[in-house]
Amino acid sequence: MSATFTLDGKEVPFRDGQTIIQAAQEQGAWIPHLCYHPEFKPHGSCKLCTVTVNGRHMASCTTQATAGQVVESNTEALNDERRTLLQMLFVEGNHFCPSCEKSGNCKLQATAYELGMMTPHFDHFYPSRPVDASHPEILLDFNRCILCSLCVRASRDVDKKFVFALSGRGIGTKLIVNAASGRLADTNVAMDDKALEVCPVGVILRKRHGFAVPIGERTYDKAPISECPDYSPLPAKEEA
Amino acid sequence: MNDKDPAVAAVLPPILARWQDDPTALVQILREVQEQLDWISPEAIDVIEKALKLPRSKIEGVASFYSFFYTQPRGRYRVLFSDNIIERMQGSVALMERMCKCLWVEKGKVSEDGLVSIDTTSCIGMGDQGPALLVNNRVVPKLTEARVDQLCELIRSEVPLADWPAELFVVEDNIHRRDVLLDSDLAPGDALRAARERASHDGLDAANTRSWREGLPGGLIGPASVIEEVRRAGLRGRGGAGFSTALKWDACRNAPVADGKERIVVCNADEGEPGTFKDRVLLNSYADLVFEGMTVAAYAVGATRGFLYLRGEYRYLLDQLHAVLARRREAGVLGRNILGIAGADFDIEIHLGAGAYVCGEESALIESLEGKRGTPRNRPPFPVTNGYLDQPTVVDNVETFACAAMIALKGGAWFAGIGTEKSSGTKLLSISGDVAKPGIYEFPLGISVGQVLEACGASGTQAVQVGGPSGTCVNVAEFGRHIAFEDVPSAGAFMVFDSTRDMFEVARNFVHFFAHESCGFCTPCRVGTSLLKNLMDKLANGHGSPYDFGEIENMNHILQQMSHCGLGHSACNPVLDTIARFRPAYERRLSNVNYEPAFDLDRALAPARLMTGRDDEGAHLSVHFEESQP
Ligand SMILES: Cc1cc2nc3c(=O)[nH]c(=O)nc-3n(C[C@H](O)[C@H](O)[C@H](O)COP(=O)(O)O)c2cc1C
Ligand code: SF4
Ligand code: SF4
Ligand code: FES
Ligand code: FES
Repeated sequence: MSATFTLDGKEVPFRDGQTIIQAAQEQGAWIPHLCYHPEFKPHGSCKLCTVTVNGRHMASCTTQATAGQVVESNTEALNDERRTLLQMLFVEGNHFCPSCEKSGNCKLQATAYELGMMTPHFDHFYPSRPVDASHPEILLDFNRCILCSLCVRASRDVDKKFVFALSGRGIGTKLIVNAASGRLADTNVAMDDKALEVCPVGVILRKRHGFAVPIGERTYDKAPISECPDYSPLPAKEEA
Repeated sequence: MNDKDPAVAAVLPPILARWQDDPTALVQILREVQEQLDWISPEAIDVIEKALKLPRSKIEGVASFYSFFYTQPRGRYRVLFSDNIIERMQGSVALMERMCKCLWVEKGKVSEDGLVSIDTTSCIGMGDQGPALLVNNRVVPKLTEARVDQLCELIRSEVPLADWPAELFVVEDNIHRRDVLLDSDLAPGDALRAARERASHDGLDAANTRSWREGLPGGLIGPASVIEEVRRAGLRGRGGAGFSTALKWDACRNAPVADGKERIVVCNADEGEPGTFKDRVLLNSYADLVFEGMTVAAYAVGATRGFLYLRGEYRYLLDQLHAVLARRREAGVLGRNILGIAGADFDIEIHLGAGAYVCGEESALIESLEGKRGTPRNRPPFPVTNGYLDQPTVVDNVETFACAAMIALKGGAWFAGIGTEKSSGTKLLSISGDVAKPGIYEFPLGISVGQVLEACGASGTQAVQVGGPSGTCVNVAEFGRHIAFEDVPSAGAFMVFDSTRDMFEVARNFVHFFAHESCGFCTPCRVGTSLLKNLMDKLANGHGSPYDFGEIENMNHILQQMSHCGLGHSACNPVLDTIARFRPAYERRLSNVNYEPAFDLDRALAPARLMTGRDDEGAHLSVHFEESQP
């Protein structure tokens, strides 16, 4: 009836226009990912969702499913490569998980656990990234930003506001907010903005809500990320 | 609104008017603002934000992407020394130090009086007449100590750039070998007329066909026969990838165009690959050939709009290129009703880049043309179906268009008779480094590396970097290899190193280049190129160990397999190539243990030494260390 491809040897049905990760998630299969979120246009930047398609490395969040593809994801070689990407993200920013409000709810941390990343391996970059505490209700701790652009897409596509944007280039790439002062307090951000809900790590935090759920009882404390699907049926189209 | 800043109030309106407040012209608007005001101030962004109705965060995101845009005040004279390995070999480092000393300014900083800033930039395409620098985006080549002193004097006396002696800015073509392209004396329109005459009819005049203006439907004999000639010629792209030009044109021609949309032809003159400068020469002295080739392409695919994307470093060519375009319009070979054919419309605009190598990648180039950050797109879809503003777009290299014009003029069989079976035609080589006569050499493809070395007067050569940092390094044993797609492909660079050169330092310079030019979009390239740079610096500082070879291999694997675009894919090439061929250059630097940490306490104290003005023995850790040893 419907066309299929194989994912690690199992048949996966898909509909026209679906990407590999969308079809996989619909079947409850987990492909590690950070910059992908089912409600937004795929970005294809973190590369954690890389799989091999007929032997070639492709980002599964931006690759269309086609009939007969042989897709491999949960292999030692790919998980090795993903661990390296995670290590790159850890040393690029400043991540001190024990003091982070997002610990236990953080996708970066949870994915690192799940893939068995034991050490950061590389020397830390220790970038200087001052926090923005200007807003009365929201704290931005850029130290943990992995530049996934989910907040950028949520603000642009859902909130229609452009509160967040990427600036700079290369290793100097950083997140900025839409105000001449560069301060979040001077933007038109609102507390019910979608952009405030999507950060996979601990950058965008609500003030005075710290540790409302105690450590040990958080999402990924209770079940590994591979069993916490973020599938949602909203259609997603590729970013222009 | 900007009474705060009268300069902004005076300068911005005409620029915005000229670009009709078009948000897709953002990069061009920022460039003109930078050019006239020396930086892009918050007040200027206020005005642009209102006029273009763009969010400020987006404007700042774009402005901060390109190296030549400054959102902080820089000097009124902004000096950038070209930092390719070739210029380093020519003494650029010492010359820059001389200028810094003379003008009392630290590299990367602005002098205290705001007069001048001095820094480095990636290769500016003057390898045949370096060392070279840019001052406020004007090229000054052939630097010597005397010339640097002269520049210092002009800057110190605040002579406006317009009043500097013209001889400072003279850039030579340095053509040393001509073949079919450089020997051509094609008159404007010749190739177009020949292409039309070759087909029995082209349907342009036929009453039942749509006009060129609407985009030609499939099956028309004229355009189809042009593509057929290009196919017969076996023309492959000169920009690096060597893709079949006929296939690309065919795909664009067959791509559907929505109502109100059009097909686009883009000439890629970003020429960012270090050591490459042949497009500079083509555009300086053969612009008609290039524009004619673009017009032939437009005829073939049914395009009505064209762009030349010129790297910011070649800003000095802009006015003369505009003049060539104007002349072509007047001669009826560009614009509306080309050659007098109703509906045969095609015109060319020039957009300038602003210091971003990645914008040479075709989809990043298109993003930049649309006024955005130069981030490569996710593909598919490819530009031939969804390019500029989502319209079918052909992007080709400058030299590819020059070849296409000659093919239209003389036919595909003629072209296919030159070069080898798989690599037809000639290739322009930009030769620099340890040779007697650096410059441009046009050879039939298939020429051997050794023959080229002989022609340019190289001696004692130990290695040639063919195709730039993302190309291939060949050593003496390989000088019999051929410049051709099937052997050693080249986008044009041919950098020669004699046996006195340290090939490790060559690779390290290239790795720094890639780290500086990574767009930062994808994790592997953004972080990986910096990690690689740190690794090479660690080796250079004598802290390498055999363990680091494994690290380099691993980094290469991640970059090749996981990166988003060709920049990341090839960033490790120079290191792997030189390890394979010049391993002693690396081993010399290893300490004998298996692993050495990169951190060096003594080196970490360097800033403290600088601050206290001390550099005596006692200010160095190793000295204390040795003294305290029994
Ligand atoms: C990082 C990067 C930089 C590039 N720079 C250039 C360039 O400066 N000029 C160029 O013609 N092609 C460049 N290319 C290749 C283009 O993407 C594209 O393949 C080429 O313009 C197509 O033209 P051609 O078929 O005539 O070669 C670059 C590619 C990459 C990945
Ligand atoms: S954002 Fe995640 S990974 Fe980073 S410090 Fe917080 S919990 Fe740790
Ligand atoms: S703040 Fe969070 S959501 Fe936004 S780019 Fe950074 S990591 Fe992604
Ligand atoms: S999840 Fe696919 S690239 Fe980030
Ligand atoms: S950062 Fe540009 S290709 Fe990866």
